[in-house]
Amino acid sequence: MNTSAGTDTRRVAVVGAGMAAARFAQQLLARTPPGAVQMTLYGAEPDAPYNRALLADVLTGRHDPDGIGLPLGEGATLRTGTRVTAVAPAARSLTLADGTTESYDTLVLATGAAPVLPPLRGLRDDDREPGGVHLLRTLADCRALADAARRATHAVVIGGGVLGVSAARALAALGASTTIVHRGAWLMERHLDDRSARLARGQLAALGITTHLAAQPVTLHGTDHVQALELADGTKLETDLVLLACGVRPRTALARAAGLRVRHGVVVDDRLAASAPGVHAIGDCAEHRGAVHGLTGPAWAQADALAAHLSGTDPGARHTGTRPLTRLSAGPLQLAAFGDMTAEHAPGHDTLRYSDTLRGTSTTLVLRGDRLVAGVLLGDLAATGDIALAWQRDEPLPADPSYLLIP
Amino acid sequence: MTPTDTHCPYCALQCGMRLRPRPTGPGGTPPAAPPVDVEERPGFPVNQGALCGKGRTAPALLARALRLAAPLVRDAQDGTLREASWDEALDRTADGLRRAAERHGNAAVGVFGGGGLTNEKAYALGKFARVVLRTPNIDYNGRFCMSSAATAHRAAFGVDRGLPFPLEDIATTGCVVLVGANPAETMPPALRYFTRMREAGGRLIVVDPRRTRTAEQADLHLRPVPGTDLALALGMLHLVIADGHLDKDFIATRTTGFEGARATAMAHWPERVEQITGVPVSRLREAVRMFAGAGTGMVLTARGSEQHSKGTDTVRAWINLCLATGKAGRPGSGYGCLTGQGNGQGGREHGQKADQLPGYRSLTDPADRAHVAAVWGVDPDSLPGPGPSAYELLDRAGTPDGTRALLVMGSNPVVSAPRAAHVTERLRALDFLAVSDVVLSETAELADVVLPAAQWAEETGTTTNLEGRVILRQAAVPPPPGVRTDLTLLKELAARLGTTHGFPDDPQEIFDELRRASAGGAADYAGIDYARIRAENGVFWPCPDPAHPGTPRLFLDRFATPDGRARFAGAGHRPQAEEPDPAYPLHLTTGRVTAQYQSGAQTRRIAELNAAAPGPFVELHPHLAECLGVGEGDVLAVTSRRGRALAPARITAAIRPDTVFMPFHWDGPGRANTLTNPALDPQSRMPEFKVCAVRVEKAAEAEADA
Repeated sequence: MNTSAGTDTRRVAVVGAGMAAARFAQQLLARTPPGAVQMTLYGAEPDAPYNRALLADVLTGRHDPDGIGLPLGEGATLRTGTRVTAVAPAARSLTLADGTTESYDTLVLATGAAPVLPPLRGLRDDDREPGGVHLLRTLADCRALADAARRATHAVVIGGGVLGVSAARALAALGASTTIVHRGAWLMERHLDDRSARLARGQLAALGITTHLAAQPVTLHGTDHVQALELADGTKLETDLVLLACGVRPRTALARAAGLRVRHGVVVDDRLAASAPGVHAIGDCAEHRGAVHGLTGPAWAQADALAAHLSGTDPGARHTGTRPLTRLSAGPLQLAAFGDMTAEHAPGHDTLRYSDTLRGTSTTLVLRGDRLVAGVLLGDLAATGDIALAWQRDEPLPADPSYLLIP
Repeated sequence: MTPTDTHCPYCALQCGMRLRPRPTGPGGTPPAAPPVDVEERPGFPVNQGALCGKGRTAPALLARALRLAAPLVRDAQDGTLREASWDEALDRTADGLRRAAERHGNAAVGVFGGGGLTNEKAYALGKFARVVLRTPNIDYNGRFCMSSAATAHRAAFGVDRGLPFPLEDIATTGCVVLVGANPAETMPPALRYFTRMREAGGRLIVVDPRRTRTAEQADLHLRPVPGTDLALALGMLHLVIADGHLDKDFIATRTTGFEGARATAMAHWPERVEQITGVPVSRLREAVRMFAGAGTGMVLTARGSEQHSKGTDTVRAWINLCLATGKAGRPGSGYGCLTGQGNGQGGREHGQKADQLPGYRSLTDPADRAHVAAVWGVDPDSLPGPGPSAYELLDRAGTPDGTRALLVMGSNPVVSAPRAAHVTERLRALDFLAVSDVVLSETAELADVVLPAAQWAEETGTTTNLEGRVILRQAAVPPPPGVRTDLTLLKELAARLGTTHGFPDDPQEIFDELRRASAGGAADYAGIDYARIRAENGVFWPCPDPAHPGTPRLFLDRFATPDGRARFAGAGHRPQAEEPDPAYPLHLTTGRVTAQYQSGAQTRRIAELNAAAPGPFVELHPHLAECLGVGEGDVLAVTSRRGRALAPARITAAIRPDTVFMPFHWDGPGRANTLTNPALDPQSRMPEFKVCAVRVEKAAEAEADA
């Protein structure tokens, strides 16, 4: 092992204490003997690592906000509320917000992604005034939103992606009359074809959620507290709560300032190594083979591969990419989607479709030859398991794959 | 002729049966005829008279024609096995063992026991290894059986007894999660308890990658990818927490470690578990509703969940589920392991395990060593320390670091060990191999000396069934001439190696010593004797004194840990040692068929059983068969990194398309264990029998004909 002079202990610093960071710490510590690694996680958030994928369930009260903590591994040091302001790969040190510096032997950037704020008159990105405007990225966001939702009668969610839809359902379940404002031509257009999206929209409507498509929000009204959201077509949606769910962007400022190679994310190779010695990046902040994901599956696969490699238990460990699957369980709205559904219209592709309008279920699979290229499942997802595995493993399918449609 | 009440020689149910000796004609019993007939013994509670085909036909192997009737020794001239006198065989065995010790040290001599041996034999064998041979190298095939469950039991509850309750309690519970277990085919007489449970409104959830005959009877069948039960159990715990099913009082008053388990469960949310296991979230929810919603419930695991390089952690995750819902240490609830071998339970309690002394005492605990050494009349310091586990012992056999001479008793590792071709090579590399068995098993065929052992109907001794019930097998007929009991064998060998005391061949005498050795230990037999066993249909341990009623139900007041609390575990899911890849794209899982038992050494010799299950096969899904261009009955070549096996295709939609199944009862080209992976569980040293990566193709014609 690469260690600091005179000791057998390798100091591993992880910038970030989110899901990828926790997974990496837990995996590396599980794979190394006690004392071999001195693991420190620097988290800007006040909370210990938790499962971000469960925030919508925290919002509805299904999970206790204090009950979604993730394992960190034996002996990890966690420094919450500790922002790293600079890293110096050449000196193998990092600087904290209070000005102190810490040395490391190995640095892992797991800074995650930050919410994208929409261009909106009346919105300032520093303290998000007026009141009533929320995000749902952190547990702190979630606590504030849950508190506000209890008092809100109307809620508007800006963004009809997976997070927006999931949050809208949670807000509706809490009793707010909820509207989704979405710029795209259909909901979750990165993952869904238009037919499936129509079905999903119908299911949201059945939950009392209104959806405005191809809608451009322009102005927040209200001085101390939001009162309405105005759309480009002049529609004014009265509301006392606005949730911004317009996607996320990799947090790369630290890496960029340190001179690391950054495109959309911190560029890493198959060993999750960034462009300076001793520096790695994993999770939402990393760009691997040109891809930046915002999903736990790829982030944890990266964390596992890096831990396997750094621990020496599998020195050849490489991350060769994942075939991610997006999964949404929002009360009765159940959805699984993978691949690029626009391939449906490409030549040489075959589309299989099964739908049951009464039960509100539908499965759409796009194949090229004997392989799955993309798919969307809505409603009863009894077949998801097999389909997801066939997709992840790129399995050859039999000549008649229709059995996948009806489990 | 007077019938004798006894028990079946096969699985851990140890069904009660009655043997009636046949009248012998003037010329004695014909060589092909069994000397006894099996009759029902309805008074024994476990099976209430019912027997499966194996039990019914068990006497067939007592016929002289099917078994070993005289010792065999390898001829110095032509290298074949020839009949010999007992004196010659024993002398050669003693010489072989002594010579290895003299040349290479005591540790060059090894002993490999079996979970089919009676308690008395297991005890005497362990004592023989430690007192006569003074070697740390003793382990047994039970390591391949329930060692993961045993390790998990000890860690979670403080003691390892397969079931903490009698089988009859299953009929009374509200919900059973049966994991990697197929009692409909492997323990047919036990199925009645599950059927009764369902008739009384209880629900059965079966977790198995195959739709077995057991799964067909389930209210819910979960069909995970092989090697993913740990994720499945943690996903269920996640839903127990999320959906408000925690028994917080139970957790607070009777357990420790919940917070660690909770954090791990949070890392296994249903949508992620779905992607690991292939089990849809909706089914997972249904399972949790069924299990958590029932007033009482049990999780029962068998080899399917346990024979993994993470078997111990997997069992502990299932125990977590019981603890979180308050379904343990209460009447009608609990976790249990369906032990496999006839004396799989007792065989692991009394000292043939690499790290244990009788009564579950530890070879590393000074007080435990002193207690047993006193019973044995030896200096505690003369007892060797713990030795390597079964696979490690076999893997090193015939190497400079391993044993040079090995005594195998009641085990057939050539068929039953993982990476079996390698194990066979290691056995061939030994300077000396002696095998005691009732038939010329594939392992015995390699031996320098083969010692013909008496069978269950010919000798008396206790076994401990999967419930922890100590029962008595009673001799119904004497062994044929030329056959001796293992106790006599050990007595004679000990004498030849210089120990003339302490190895009586009267089982009751040994049992009385075993009682003293186990007294005060976790598996305390001190209060049990043959008369009580006869009078009470068995006695459940612990039973510390003759006035003690025995303990049918464990943990009702406290768990057997020092603080009396059960322990949650925090281990998360991890992949199996060998994941499919483009070169080996499929999972292989292995298992049993009804008509055969373990390595098949006994059952493959019985015509009725062979007619029902004549040979190995490869079970595969129609979709996979289509992709491979394979038809029913085509000979398939199944290849793993360890070898290649050939067997005909059996196409069925009952198996996952990403998995093939082979039964492991046969030797030869169709030997499943040629393929299996010896990756060991770091805690239990259990090999990963139940999942490895393979490639499947149609065998070339020349190969298929061979």
